[in-house]
Amino acid sequence: MCGIVGLFLKDKSLEPQLGALLSEMLVTMTDRGPDSAGIAIYGTDQNNLAKLTIQSPEPETDFAGLTDELRAAGIANASILPKSTHAVITVGADQIDATRAALAELRPNIRVMGTGNVMEIYKEVGLPKDVVERFKITDMSGTHGIGHTRMATESAVTTLGAHPFSTGSDQCLVHNGSLSNHNNLRRELSHQGIRMETENDSEVAAAYLTGEMAKGKNLGEALTSALDDLDGFFTFVVGTKSGFGVVRDPIACKPAVMAETDAYVAFGSEYRALVNLPGIEDARVWEPEPATVYFWEH
Amino acid sequence: MPVFDLATTELRDLNASLHALDKDGGNEEFEVTNPRGAHAVAVGIDAPVNVQIKGSVGYYCAGMNETANITVHGNAGPGVAENMMSGKVVIKGDASQYAGATAHGGLLVIEGNASSRCGISMKGIDIVVKGNIGHMSAFMAQSGNLVVLGDAGDALGDSLYEARLFVRGTVKSLGADCIKKDMRPEHIEILAKLLSDAGITDVKPEEFTRYGSARQLYNFNIDNADAY
Repeated sequence: MCGIVGLFLKDKSLEPQLGALLSEMLVTMTDRGPDSAGIAIYGTDQNNLAKLTIQSPEPETDFAGLTDELRAAGIANASILPKSTHAVITVGADQIDATRAALAELRPNIRVMGTGNVMEIYKEVGLPKDVVERFKITDMSGTHGIGHTRMATESAVTTLGAHPFSTGSDQCLVHNGSLSNHNNLRRELSHQGIRMETENDSEVAAAYLTGEMAKGKNLGEALTSALDDLDGFFTFVVGTKSGFGVVRDPIACKPAVMAETDAYVAFGSEYRALVNLPGIEDARVWEPEPATVYFWEH
Repeated sequence: MPVFDLATTELRDLNASLHALDKDGGNEEFEVTNPRGAHAVAVGIDAPVNVQIKGSVGYYCAGMNETANITVHGNAGPGVAENMMSGKVVIKGDASQYAGATAHGGLLVIEGNASSRCGISMKGIDIVVKGNIGHMSAFMAQSGNLVVLGDAGDALGDSLYEARLFVRGTVKSLGADCIKKDMRPEHIEILAKLLSDAGITDVKPEEFTRYGSARQLYNFNIDNADAY
């Protein structure tokens, strides 16, 4: 089943509340999928800095001393901010690949959840309310974000199998549904040099969009191509550094409701997820059409 | 008049009260406030009661309804009035997927649009949609009437049995074995009554096109045996 939510703010005054609003939306969707939960938040762009969100099964040992070791490995100015099983490493904007390489050497157990200038990703096994609390998502501000609560079908219930999936800088995707041509696509995308970490079908969808955008397409164009190339059931909500997109497969079994006001665009698997948003009573509320791409850009 | 505020009352209390009503009772009025997208609001009623729901509901509102008169002053989630037997359900806003699915009787009026699979496998219900309907509507519909004042999406009436489909606007495409048919006087009469029951006075039955089954698909044809 799975529950997905997304919130793209147009009104800057709501930005300090992004984490709180998105968390509430996600927690409302708990009964659509209690296996694991995750959220991606797009925060403030800090000039010339990039972030890597990392995860470790043994955070206490893995994160201890990591700042110094990264600096010693040549990542000058690296700093690490642990949050439970995750941590955000801030480095120079051109040091993401070098940091990845250094992490693989220094802490092989650490997984990189996502990278980018503004995006942070937090995901874990467990109920949305526990995941949200563990990472203090409600305190986070940002411009847009997406969330997912999972009922696993195509791969195991693990932290890595949780959504959102990120396969490109500041790109992430959540998925309700299941793909049927993900194995073939994974092989093709691997040949193109796109990194995937899991056997999960949804990660392939994220990687596919990363590949299309790397060819120069914008988010809307990449989502349009996805309608031709991805086979299976899907409602996707996708974030990029400045964009927010939604697309459903032509059969459109997987539920979706959207709401738009002057202050935001919101997505929920169900209307329940949207009921606490400010001004929802007067929002334009609609069900996104099948095989139709919706996207917004800041 | 009993008022159930779902912000402070359990949904189960509402439904239990509705289920406890006398089948032969009078037309008592119930009001439901703050449904906030809740699932299964006012399902399984078997009494001639009036239920006014002030807001939008989630999955399966008014499912299995018998004789009750239910109005949703908002939008309805998937499966509204699913398997309704009799009574009347009015949605003031839009309805999501498979509205009126498998329903045996009664009248479902959707004043906004209905999305995909409206009236899928309908078995005798009458559905009147003032707006548009989505793809695969009336899929395998067996009996009853689907009336659409707006347009219909792809594959209308695919694998249709004996339901009648009346569309005033355009049909994006017809499903397998669904064909356009003539409007005979008896169809005008049926449609006029349905429009009147739905409270529609500004639209004439003559403005609609009738679609129905070509009856080529659902009878076993020995000539097709090789295809199986």
